[in-house]
Amino acid sequence: MTGYLPRRVGTSLVMLFGVSICIFFLLHTIYPSPAIDVLGPKANRVSIVAWNKQHGFDDPVIVQYLRYVNQLLHGNLGYSYKLNQSVAALFQQRWARSAYLSGISLLFAVLIAIPLGIFQAVRRNTVGDNVATTLAFVTYAMPDFFLYLIAIQLLALTFPIFGFEASQSTSVLTVMADWRDMPLPIVCLTLLIVAGYSRYMRSAAMDVLAQDYIKVARAKGLPERLVLLRHLVRNACLPMVTLIGLSIPALLAGSLIAETVFNYPGLGLLFYDSLGTADYQVLLAYTLVGAVLTIAGNLVADIALTVADPRIRLS
Amino acid sequence: MTHIASPVTPLDVTRAPEGGEVGPVRSGWRLGLREFARNRLAVAGLGVLVFFVLFCFGGPFVYHANVLGTNLAATNLPPGPGHPLGTDNLGFDELGLLMKGGQAALEIGFLAAAIGIVIGAIWGAVSGLAGGIADSIMMRVVDVFLSIPFLFIVLIVAVRYGASVLGLSLIIGVFTWLVPARLVRGEVLTLRVREFVSAARAAGSGRLRLIYRHLIPNALGVITVNVTFNIADAILAVATLGFLGFGLHYPKVDWGDMLSNGTAYLQDGYWWLIYPVGACIVLVVMACNLLGDALRDSLDVRLRRW
Repeated sequence: MTGYLPRRVGTSLVMLFGVSICIFFLLHTIYPSPAIDVLGPKANRVSIVAWNKQHGFDDPVIVQYLRYVNQLLHGNLGYSYKLNQSVAALFQQRWARSAYLSGISLLFAVLIAIPLGIFQAVRRNTVGDNVATTLAFVTYAMPDFFLYLIAIQLLALTFPIFGFEASQSTSVLTVMADWRDMPLPIVCLTLLIVAGYSRYMRSAAMDVLAQDYIKVARAKGLPERLVLLRHLVRNACLPMVTLIGLSIPALLAGSLIAETVFNYPGLGLLFYDSLGTADYQVLLAYTLVGAVLTIAGNLVADIALTVADPRIRLS
Repeated sequence: MTHIASPVTPLDVTRAPEGGEVGPVRSGWRLGLREFARNRLAVAGLGVLVFFVLFCFGGPFVYHANVLGTNLAATNLPPGPGHPLGTDNLGFDELGLLMKGGQAALEIGFLAAAIGIVIGAIWGAVSGLAGGIADSIMMRVVDVFLSIPFLFIVLIVAVRYGASVLGLSLIIGVFTWLVPARLVRGEVLTLRVREFVSAARAAGSGRLRLIYRHLIPNALGVITVNVTFNIADAILAVATLGFLGFGLHYPKVDWGDMLSNGTAYLQDGYWWLIYPVGACIVLVVMACNLLGDALRDSLDVRLRRW
């Protein structure tokens, strides 16, 4: 165990290094230099070359990459020429709202998926189980934006209960307190995550129910409620730990689409706007942040699973 | 004497089992197919998929509709005579657009999954067979690419290079080969210790022949299941790209693009621009997922009922 942690962290750092190289080279191939953005679309070739030389965009790719890493390590994520702000400042304005949307949806999804999985396993093949499985299956097959459109149509336009656009406030506290505009994105995102988790939870709970220690607990006379609470919940949650850690990239992608459809001014909408305007510094920084979060998520999931499951520690 | 009902039925010696006959040889594939046919949902999924292929590729031969020339006198018509599913904001017939968009979606889905599985299977098989440091390096490369969020990188590349069926297939395929590579490597690791591999090696087969003649055919079960899920994921990815505006454009049609156009008319209540397209996407993806689940169950020998 003591040797595992440093090795795992070391592997993550190596992968981080590899990922940053891949992303940087890929983006550099697609968007070699922002000269045209700064000088205007009618700039002539001579001034573009001069600008590139002045700002270091004509150096070999490796040199540019090393310079970028150096810049990153000093906290400078780049400068957006289209929006005339540093990328770090743009992220600073928006990350709290994105984190809130993703975080609360994930929290609700976990709180729903675990009891749902246990319910489905305990009452397997009854009407309740089949209905839940079918709903989860259909939701899983649905593209995210279609669910959002249906929700907006039904709950915001036909029956004006909620707002059709997410909260535009710049303060996270106002966003948290907004019950009229935020429920739709949060509930839809939660449903989509639950649809992905419910199948794993169901099969994990069924596997646990087939174990011998459940039989022993029942044979000893433990009430069914306690069998479920004391034994089933704890053991069925273990795959959930891995799932949560591995769902960081899906969460980022999900929030991208949700923010685009509901016009929620978070990091996802910033990424989408930058795609349209080809603001490659923002794209590069966002993809790198996403990759860092993914690797960190995997690392945390691995470590958490090792901590939570003694069988892994002792093997 | 009281008659005691025995829980065990007495052995009926007048009906001894017949012996001596050998039944028809049932190969592994036949048995898997029989299991598959028993699963009604799976057959329904296959039926839906076949229906969509016929509808999208054969439909235009039967139903001639206007999907190329704008007709501003007939924009946003509700379903009615001449237009079973109405028209969109440029006068194109919705049903015709559905067929044409379906062609693109299915083509990209199958092509992307095919590219993904070919690259992934070869990478995984080579990595599993090689072992040692080459295996570690190849799997580290897979891990590195898996750490890059799929949607972001696909979007970034699609903005520049993605306006054609081939372009989109390549982009999605190039980022879908990672999971099949891992799966095939796992299968190869279990297969390479079997006797038939040692026998083949003893008979003098080189590593290349081992891969394409022995390892990959035996890993075909896992590969097939993964391909169906890849098709579903590719169709969803194309729809997402189209919805965000980076898919196919006029004169080609894309289901996601149709949905994105329909979103503008959500408040006007033009439901025919949104729900039929969405339903098509959901049905095709569900059919592929059902197929994948059923294939996985039918190829798992432990679940078979003899």
